Amino acid sequence: MSATVITVTSGKGGVGKTTTTANLAVALAAGGQKVVCIDGDIGLRNLDVILGLENRIVYDLVDVVEGRCRLKQAMIRDKRLQELYLIPAAQTRDKNAVSPSDMVRLTDDLREEFDWILIDSPAGIERGFRNSVAPADTVLVVTNPEVSAVRDADRIIGLIESEEKGPAKLILNRVNQEMVKRGDMLTPADVLELLAVELIGIVPEDDHVIMSSNRGQPVALDPKTRAGTAFHHIARRLKGEDVPFMNLEVKEDIFQKLSRLIRPGGN
Amino acid sequence: MEEYPAPGLDMMFETQIVHIKGIKDGLLVTIGEGDWPGAQDALLSSIVEKASFFQGARVAMEVGNRVLHAAELGALRDKLADQGVSLWAVISSSPGTEQTAQGLGLATRLSLPRPERTVRPLDTTLEGENGVFIRRTLRSGFKIASHGHVSVLGDINPGAEVISDGSIMVWGRVRGSVIAGAGGDENAVVCALAMDPTQLRIANLVANLPGKKAILQPVCASIRNGIITVEPWKLKER
Repeated sequence: MSATVITVTSGKGGVGKTTTTANLAVALAAGGQKVVCIDGDIGLRNLDVILGLENRIVYDLVDVVEGRCRLKQAMIRDKRLQELYLIPAAQTRDKNAVSPSDMVRLTDDLREEFDWILIDSPAGIERGFRNSVAPADTVLVVTNPEVSAVRDADRIIGLIESEEKGPAKLILNRVNQEMVKRGDMLTPADVLELLAVELIGIVPEDDHVIMSSNRGQPVALDPKTRAGTAFHHIARRLKGEDVPFMNLEVKEDIFQKLSRLIRPGGN
Repeated sequence: MEEYPAPGLDMMFETQIVHIKGIKDGLLVTIGEGDWPGAQDALLSSIVEKASFFQGARVAMEVGNRVLHAAELGALRDKLADQGVSLWAVISSSPGTEQTAQGLGLATRLSLPRPERTVRPLDTTLEGENGVFIRRTLRSGFKIASHGHVSVLGDINPGAEVISDGSIMVWGRVRGSVIAGAGGDENAVVCALAMDPTQLRIANLVANLPGKKAILQPVCASIRNGIITVEPWKLKER
């Protein structure tokens, strides 16, 4: 077994890197793959919260790098999915506690035991980003359909090319089909036309994402949700399957239909 | 200065301060050290002496670093003309004298020997000008700054910058900032397959971009009548 190292990054903060990492990890592990997530956001860790594992942290990434514990001791096993592990970030240190070569060594130690190593990159283009990208085999860039997020994604994609980690693959997160239809949001085509990289997933805006993150239950645990389905599709594409992109049309209930008939053009 | 003895004229006239010899364009009179009236008299007397030799001659006069005024030069020219001698050039190391001579319509330099006429093959190889070529899309945060021209095979995305002292040619879409003629060259141009720049500048001017409308066809931006004008590139009109 030799794992594929996937780094999830974005440049801009708040576009859904951590949510994407957690959900892809869940979706892959639910499909029987052996997965470990590494939180690269030292000092501002979140991945443990989204995965609902925060109260089980004893050792963290910096403890491993600095030799205070063995790698196995820092790996937290998820209780819902047998083959999902998390290596949390330290909360009391900063990005400089770890170097890019530390990350390469760490992932090399993990490769033999896993199918997938997912690294959640911090926002920005500084040390934390370089730490996270250094060991990557594939880089996933998450962006939202808004101008500032796309601009930052473009910058990040350029940096990834410069690091010879490209070509990056794109996840377009929080697409609101209603706004796209009204012409109030960049369309996936607009974004792709600028970024010119392979699109590996479109995740619709879905209230379930925030609700489930707050409970520490990633939305992908419930594949019936629209966002959960989208993450499962991305996981299958990562495994090399050819999965068609889902229809983003929101199913309307009778009241929404009526409201649209009365006020055509929007809500 | 090189001297070219005219064929069949190797005689020389020497007086104390006036030295005369034949050159390709006629006669060259070199006037040595000494006061001007004396030198002028010596020259005139040697001309009168050999009147038949000097008749119709064209004379160039070398006066060293003497400062001569228009009145002096003019008077000499007229006196020489009386003898049938035309003064056509005054060579001097004094800028004042040169200027005076030029004011009188006299040459201040002997014409250089004509280069030998060699028949060169018609040469249509142009040397061109220096520039850089970038074969990639410039993403946000990338910057090219060059003293030469810049050509990009790829797009210039928002947040990317190209700055050139010369012209900029983009085989792709411009959406970032482009500055051509950054050193002040108003002849610089910006060409692109599609133009939707964040900012477009040529020399000291900033383009007034109409609204946010992208131009999705090949265009060339240049300075016309003091403003940056973006015109479609039409193949047939060129």
